[in-house]
Amino acid sequence: MSDVLELNRPVSSSAVTASQAPDTGTALRFITCGSVDDGKSTLIGRLLVDSRAVLQDHLAGVTKQTHDGDQVDLARLTDGLAAEREQGITIDVAWRYFSTEARKFIIGDAPGHEQYTRNMVTAASQADAAVVLVDATKLPWAREGGPAQDSDALLPQTRRHSLLAHLLRVPSIVFAVNKLDALPDAAGAFARISAALTRFTQEAGIQAVATVPMSALKGWNVVGPRADEPGWAGYQGPALLELLETLPVTGEAQASLAFPVQWVETPQSGDSDTARGRRVLWGRVAAGELTAGSQVQVLPSGQRAVVAEVINHVRQPGAVLAGHSAGLKLDRELDISRGDWVIAAPAPVADDSFDEPTPSYAVTRELQAVVAWLDDDALTPGRVYWALHGHRWIKARVKRVVHQLNINTLAREESHDLPANAIGRVELTLQDGIPAVPYAESRHLGALILVDSATNRTAAAVLVA
Amino acid sequence: MNATTESAVIQSALNQAAAHHLSNAHLDALEEETIFILREVAASFERPALLFSGGKDSLVMLKCAEKAFGIGRIPYPLLMIDTGHNFPEVTAFRDQRAAELQAKLIVRSVEDSMARGTVRLSRPDEPRNAHQSVTLLEAIEEFRFDALMGGARRDEEKARAKERIFSHRDSFGQWQPKAQRPELWTLFNTRLAPGEHFRVFPISNWTELDVWQYIEREQIALPSLYYSHPRQVVERNGLLMPVTDLTPPRADETVQTLPVRFRTLGDVTCTCPVASEAGTAADIIVETLSANVSERGATRMDDQTSEASMEKRKKEGYF
Repeated sequence: MSDVLELNRPVSSSAVTASQAPDTGTALRFITCGSVDDGKSTLIGRLLVDSRAVLQDHLAGVTKQTHDGDQVDLARLTDGLAAEREQGITIDVAWRYFSTEARKFIIGDAPGHEQYTRNMVTAASQADAAVVLVDATKLPWAREGGPAQDSDALLPQTRRHSLLAHLLRVPSIVFAVNKLDALPDAAGAFARISAALTRFTQEAGIQAVATVPMSALKGWNVVGPRADEPGWAGYQGPALLELLETLPVTGEAQASLAFPVQWVETPQSGDSDTARGRRVLWGRVAAGELTAGSQVQVLPSGQRAVVAEVINHVRQPGAVLAGHSAGLKLDRELDISRGDWVIAAPAPVADDSFDEPTPSYAVTRELQAVVAWLDDDALTPGRVYWALHGHRWIKARVKRVVHQLNINTLAREESHDLPANAIGRVELTLQDGIPAVPYAESRHLGALILVDSATNRTAAAVLVA
Repeated sequence: MNATTESAVIQSALNQAAAHHLSNAHLDALEEETIFILREVAASFERPALLFSGGKDSLVMLKCAEKAFGIGRIPYPLLMIDTGHNFPEVTAFRDQRAAELQAKLIVRSVEDSMARGTVRLSRPDEPRNAHQSVTLLEAIEEFRFDALMGGARRDEEKARAKERIFSHRDSFGQWQPKAQRPELWTLFNTRLAPGEHFRVFPISNWTELDVWQYIEREQIALPSLYYSHPRQVVERNGLLMPVTDLTPPRADETVQTLPVRFRTLGDVTCTCPVASEAGTAADIIVETLSANVSERGATRMDDQTSEASMEKRKKEGYF
């Protein structure tokens, strides 16, 4: 197994049991991914239509009259750009909304074409779950009933998208084996594809929640089971939507406070909030809990202070938990600006204590990271890019490419640069120190983007190793 | 919105309304995201502005801005592009709300662009929505705005569903849908070259239903036209056209007075009400849950010309 994947160990078991009731009060953001023509847009169209999220005028816009009656082109519901309709492919992510009685959903319909991998990465970075579609009709060995020797039996895009979702720590990955209605032996094909997926996921260290056989076109196992044939394709588990209703949403439950300073509110005259010239630091708590009276340290400067007051959205004092925005005032005036981090001060270690000190975030200028290269211009070692970490822009030089990951074999291959849509490990030198931690420990402190300093295009997703 | 509501849908609506905690957690998450974006704009740009029409979406956005910054502290001006074809109630409401928040309000009008000759109408009574782009781009140039926030939502239209929250515009104000910047985590790439700007959509992920649930929860005051009121209308192309000075009835049309409300408010000449008895936000939530026609499909004449009309206008600089 490649260490590119190793850094990204599973958070915890993604399997949902009855005792772990998920928080279904908030919307589940999930993405659909897979190869071109695997039926992603059709699947989304099916979910929207069958959950009654599509309104009559939108449905009328994608209905064609044929000799056999009205036919709905489900893909046209989400392919919102003229260029997509012309070419019959999805180019960019479409965000769609629907709800069932159990919960609300936000779907990112991510494109399958390799050329648009960047848009899939975009969608995955914000997702709680990923549905990876596998087109059963595209795998000749499954159709012909031949043996699948190894995971090369899967299409490269299936592997690429699963790896990207895994790399970005999408908490739940579900495989949906589609178009099984088009095969004479659906159960046989599903069993073979499931086995190939199992081999592949084990090899890559990916933990999948489930593998569901379906027909998006016919609506089998999408919202509910196939009505006229329960247990179709030899599968007794929940339909895709039933599964999605139970998946947990992303949460970062870290004990130690991390607060990125997003915006500094300067005092106004005659203003009670900022009395005595005390500035308010606003931001969204990345980890832990923000409470008045706690001792904190400001990074990268290392200055110490005590939190004097915490205020919420309606400017009432109170404690604020991870995921929510807050304003804070410190007990002394420090030089703090947007881009700094306020973190829990490392606890002093008593001489007679054998306890480990509270781990602090080390400020570093040298990073090892896995990058998903998104720009058409290849990564060039030696070049300086803009990097964004939290709310801080800094310059970053790519020292070297350690290796590139071969998506098909998972082997680490020597490479000088990284072309568009490649994944690899790199060494970066930063202009200033940042409190970075491995992405596997924190989505907030462990993620950066690189921006091309000449074109301003977003060039890479960076996951700290 | 008519009486053709199916009982199953109504039942589902009631179940959802009963599970109120569900919608509250969801509304909290949406509000959180919106406030985060509003602050990000304040911190990232030198000359941002918030587009404010007095409509429900911009009032929701403004409520979030009030929470993010407080009265008298919203760190950017409100900008209204006036077509000259407004409902007077909405204009009055807009001015009142801006005054309450002690916010700076800038109004730039399509009629000024017509006087300058930068907007030419093909006929005097044509809808002016599309021409707002010209006036908007002129205002951007005049004030050198580098970010404009708008209350557009992805559920409105399928080209909108494709757009990023921070949407880059080139020096002609154009959207390039095939070259959008990847939007990773909440790390927004806000870097600009001179002459370029961003359109930012803080309520992208809200749906029409979310907006109404938030309006009810936060008790947000709206122009009265959003609620049921008797109005003179005629039926045209399957829509109800309001009878106004700008939209007189045609000779063969019958004027009738019906209880109606507006699901969206814009240029008088292309904004249609729907038949409705809903007098409160709670009534409208139930109606929205059982609606079988989209907000734009029910109300906007100008979106129905072609499947790509919104995308085309956005490429030309429309919001």
